[in-house]
Amino acid sequence: MRNLKRQLLAGPYILWMAGFIVLPTLVILYYGFTTTSGNFSLLNVTSIAFSVHLKALVLSLKLALSCTVICLVLSYPLAMILNSMKSKSQGLIVFIFILPMWMNFMLRILAWRLLLSNNGVINSLLGALSLPGLDILNTPKAVVFCMVYDFLPFMVLPIYNAMARIQPDIIEAAKDLGAGNITIFFKIIVPLTMSGVISGIIMVFVPALTSFAISDLLGGGKVLLIGNVIEQAFMQEYNWNLGSGLSVVLMVFVIASMALMNSHGDEGGGTFA
Amino acid sequence: MSKRLIDLQHISKSYDGQMVLDDLNLYIRENEFLTLLGPSGCGKTTTLRIIGGFETPDTGNVIFDGRDITSLAPNERQLNTVFQKYALFPHMSIAENIAFGLKIRKKSKAYIADKIRYALKLVNLDGFENRSVDSLSGGQQQRIAIARAIVNEPKILLLDEPLGALDLKLRQDMQYELIRLKNELGITFIYVTHDQEEALTMSDTIVVMNQGYIQQIGTPEDIYNEPTNAFVADFIGESNIINGTMLQDRLVRILDVVFPCVDVGFGNDTPVDVVIRPEDVELVEPERGMLQGDVTSLIFKGVHWETEVLANGYEWLVHTTQMHPVGTHVGILVDPYNIQIMNKPESNDEKAVEIDA
Repeated sequence: MRNLKRQLLAGPYILWMAGFIVLPTLVILYYGFTTTSGNFSLLNVTSIAFSVHLKALVLSLKLALSCTVICLVLSYPLAMILNSMKSKSQGLIVFIFILPMWMNFMLRILAWRLLLSNNGVINSLLGALSLPGLDILNTPKAVVFCMVYDFLPFMVLPIYNAMARIQPDIIEAAKDLGAGNITIFFKIIVPLTMSGVISGIIMVFVPALTSFAISDLLGGGKVLLIGNVIEQAFMQEYNWNLGSGLSVVLMVFVIASMALMNSHGDEGGGTFA
Repeated sequence: MSKRLIDLQHISKSYDGQMVLDDLNLYIRENEFLTLLGPSGCGKTTTLRIIGGFETPDTGNVIFDGRDITSLAPNERQLNTVFQKYALFPHMSIAENIAFGLKIRKKSKAYIADKIRYALKLVNLDGFENRSVDSLSGGQQQRIAIARAIVNEPKILLLDEPLGALDLKLRQDMQYELIRLKNELGITFIYVTHDQEEALTMSDTIVVMNQGYIQQIGTPEDIYNEPTNAFVADFIGESNIINGTMLQDRLVRILDVVFPCVDVGFGNDTPVDVVIRPEDVELVEPERGMLQGDVTSLIFKGVHWETEVLANGYEWLVHTTQMHPVGTHVGILVDPYNIQIMNKPESNDEKAVEIDA
């Protein structure tokens, strides 16, 4: 009886999941494997091999990978600095760090568009200092830059969490046994934060791979990612079958990358992995 | 006597203006089992961490084997630590944990394998090489922590309340284990604990500390039988600590009764603290007692009855093997050599502090 009541509590969430996750996925699968007239077809999925689609997918993978690597390189030292601070100031820095996340996603992208434009704040400032201008708007660089800006907290926080869980006496024990700072970093800190790194990689790589708004607004129509191709199929060509087919392919990549990362992080200490 | 291995000279340390150690001087001889004993906050762990190199003293020097190591990092000192919470590396196997220090010292594979086998045998955990840290109980983890430290052949092993997290039975077993290890290895042990029984069982020398000051240094027998002040008497075992007046040599007045004792040199009519251990108080027929009282409480403790007797306004704690029911009128008798006289504290570092026994 008590068990049944408990299960009832899960009801609203199960309804939500069924209506907004399972059902749409099934709809996408249906559209992805049928033609406009409703016959079974693999054409939508295999069209990923078209050169324009393939190029977009490869570029997406490249940019997502660059973004992930940059986030990782920036996050590790940051997490270490954070971890070594007193807990009072730690909270403040984390707060400042996630503050931009409370602002609307689109708003942030649009802000960067203004900041990076030829007559924008950054270039005016550089010009005033007689430094060469920053001409990266409408290039993949601007897209990666904004991705890093948006997704960095998702890398820092899980690594920081993993690092904060390392007991100080573990580090002291390593020192006591003769380890210098470099040995401690590679033999103790890196292995013990691996779960956080893996969570971070998934949380950055996946949204970067599937994003289209950033490339839309900062790429000036020249940076075509797989997300943009899918968006165009749905919104401009009204070809739901093609859009769904390409979405299925992208989903395969997302799931594959998550599975790959999770297989390396079986310690289960990560925040999300 | 063997030579001094560690010499702590005028060590002071404070955190945020709070004095933790005040001009501490202490030496530790080779091959000694020395215990730093005291309540939490007495500075014993800080002292150990200064020896280990995890803290730097504000003033003073740490001399190790004739060399000043005050500013040397922990990884440059020839000593190893066993931490209170074991601090094993959770991502490594038992063998990798034990090999950690040896690999850093670039020992050969064969040497390391040999050492691992030897160390596991020493702590009675043969065959545990490939187990994971998580699969071990607290006691086993502590043995591995000890094994991991001793394979490096340190001259000194520092132990920071290593048995604190274990249950009573295991703690007692591990005490004998540690004594055996110390004898087999022939290295110096510096042991920190707040458990007086642990200290009495294992140590060659006990250093009783309180509020950053050393209260007494001595063998377990000295510390127990001849505490220098009320703090030590109260902290080491249970005792009756009573205000008294030393009338003259070998005569002390306690609770308006004059007792013969064996202490001399306190002067005449000097206020003193008198310590009488509960097992040294004899309960006899009222007429034979030096003073008389009534039993107010009786608790069976296994080996003895813990009896409380109200006599002349003082609640005497008495351990006896005979039962005296509550309400019994009894006499109290104390042998002269079981009365311990101590000066009242005069200076800061002698000040005895109320503690929760």
